[in-house]
Formats: sequence, structure tokens, C-alpha cells
Amino acid sequence: MPGLLAKKLGMTNIFTEDGQIVPVTILEAGPCKVYAVKTKEKDGYESLQLGFGERKEKNVNKPQKSYFEKIGLKAPKLLKEFRNFDISLYKVGDEINTSLFTVGEKVKVSGRNKGKGFQGVVRRHGFGGVGSSTHGQSDRERAPGSIGASSYPSRVFPGQRMAGRMGFENTTIRNLKIVKIIPEKNIIMVKGAVPGSINSIVAINK
Amino acid sequence: MDKVRELTEELVRNDFPAFKAGDHIRVHVKVVEGDKERIQPFEGDVINIRGTGLSKTFTVRKISSGVGVERIFPFNSPKVAKVEVLREGKVRRAKLFYLRNLSGKAARIKNKNVK
Repeated sequence: MPGLLAKKLGMTNIFTEDGQIVPVTILEAGPCKVYAVKTKEKDGYESLQLGFGERKEKNVNKPQKSYFEKIGLKAPKLLKEFRNFDISLYKVGDEINTSLFTVGEKVKVSGRNKGKGFQGVVRRHGFGGVGSSTHGQSDRERAPGSIGASSYPSRVFPGQRMAGRMGFENTTIRNLKIVKIIPEKNIIMVKGAVPGSINSIVAINK
Repeated sequence: MDKVRELTEELVRNDFPAFKAGDHIRVHVKVVEGDKERIQPFEGDVINIRGTGLSKTFTVRKISSGVGVERIFPFNSPKVAKVEVLREGKVRRAKLFYLRNLSGKAARIKNKNVK
């Protein structure tokens, strides 16, 4: 999937001509620089390694530093590979911008979603809880219920859904429609929400 | 949020007269009937203004044949053709939801410009 890296700037509403409100996420997409072109002969697969943003020099470790020095580009905030580009059209140092996308196109947006901390089974897995709030019960409303049978198998099966850390996982939202593109400001607006907090970096894929 | 504001600033409409909660206003709403478009006024008291930028809205309440009717208008909606301020109201708060629990004489708002 050809794509771009982008920074999430926030959400707002925009209006269509007939007065419909469209909730949009504003993404600052690119410009991304090509850091490496991976070819079938050399790497066994084809892809473009794209970098987005800029990192402070003190935050770049030594192996990375020499890697970027060899390429001759500044250290980006994030490097990510994108497949299905026509790699014969690109070389290291090229810039890719919002012209990759058209208005009305449907895209996938992936990134890390917000961390929710330690959550119970009701919030984390959508359990319904066990009991009612009345009839003498005091603490069963958000309980997980039974986690398995007794003497056979005498253990809890792996994968049993329980309470635990939730969020901060890689998430992809598919079929987000591009509502507006402002090429001179590198802005793409997609309908609906996108994983992550404001200022987090997401990947837009075709 | 600042970048969002920066980007949407030019899109925000500012052709409205200034009005506040408690004001009696007439909103001219564009209504599409079949293939024709006409303007329908909605007259009532502003009881709420919320939001910023493109998502800012106001709520207008009126009593229509004994029943309270409220409509929420986005400031930026192209369906809102015009707003007229008919009367400025004298109220002490920004949200007038308490009017929902009042009826008849008690639900009136005093005119600000009459001593």
C-alpha cells in the first residue's frame, strides 16, 4: 500500500454544501522523505522507507546517526516502510507529499491508540457483568464471572479474557474517506476518528 | 488545538449580529422542498451558545401552540441564511436551561433596554 506518515492535529467539523456536518480529523501529512529504496534483488522485497518529522540530534543514538549520515538526510521522528509503491519512480532523498491522495478516496489510518491503563473486563472486553445491583448483592455488577471448570481441567485456559492493561496497541481504522486536501499546507482531512492522541504520528495507507 | 484553529479560522462565518443568551432572535433557515428552496423563519429565545470555531452552535427555544420547541443551529451551517436580533434580554446566566421547567408568565425574559 502506498502511503504517507502524518501527524494528528485534532478534530473539528466541516460542512458540506447542503448543510451536512462532517466530523473530520485533521492530519498533517508529510512531506515524507525517501530514506531507502528496498529492491527485490537486494532485499528480497520491494518497499520505500519513508521518514517524517525531525528529531533533535541529542536523541539520535550512534548507530542511527551513522545510518542517516550515510544517506545524507536528517534524523526523522519516525521511519516506516511502505510497500506497493512503484519503486522505479523514486530515489533516496525524494519528497512525497499529499499529491499521492485524491479527495473522496478511502484510506486506512494506523497508529498507536491511547493507553487506557488497567481496565476491568466490562470496559476491556465488553463483558456484561454478572449480577444485579439489588437482591442482596453488593459487588457483582462488573465481575468477570466464572473463568473455567473445576477439577477438570484444574487450570485456566490460555487466552481467557481477564482484566489488564488496555490500549496503546497498534490499531488500523479502514475506509476513512478523504474529505479535503490542502496541498500547500500538507493537510489531509479524513472523515471520522483516527487512533492516537493529538501530535501522535499515524500512517495513512491507500 | 492551535493548529486546528489556525486552519479553520478563515472558514468561520462572522456575518452574524452579536447576540447573547436571553436575546429574542429570528433565524432564517433555508428549507429545500422538492427542488425549490425557500426561507423559513424560526423565532425564539437564545438559551445556549456553546463551542468554538466551526463547531460553535446556538440553541433557540420557542413555545409553539403550548409546546416548547428547541432547535440547535451551528453558526457555520450554510442552511442558516440570516439572524435578526429582535429584543435583547436581561438575564444573569449564560445557559438558560431553567426556562424548560417554567411556563407561562414565569418563563418570560425581561427586555434589557426597557427601564
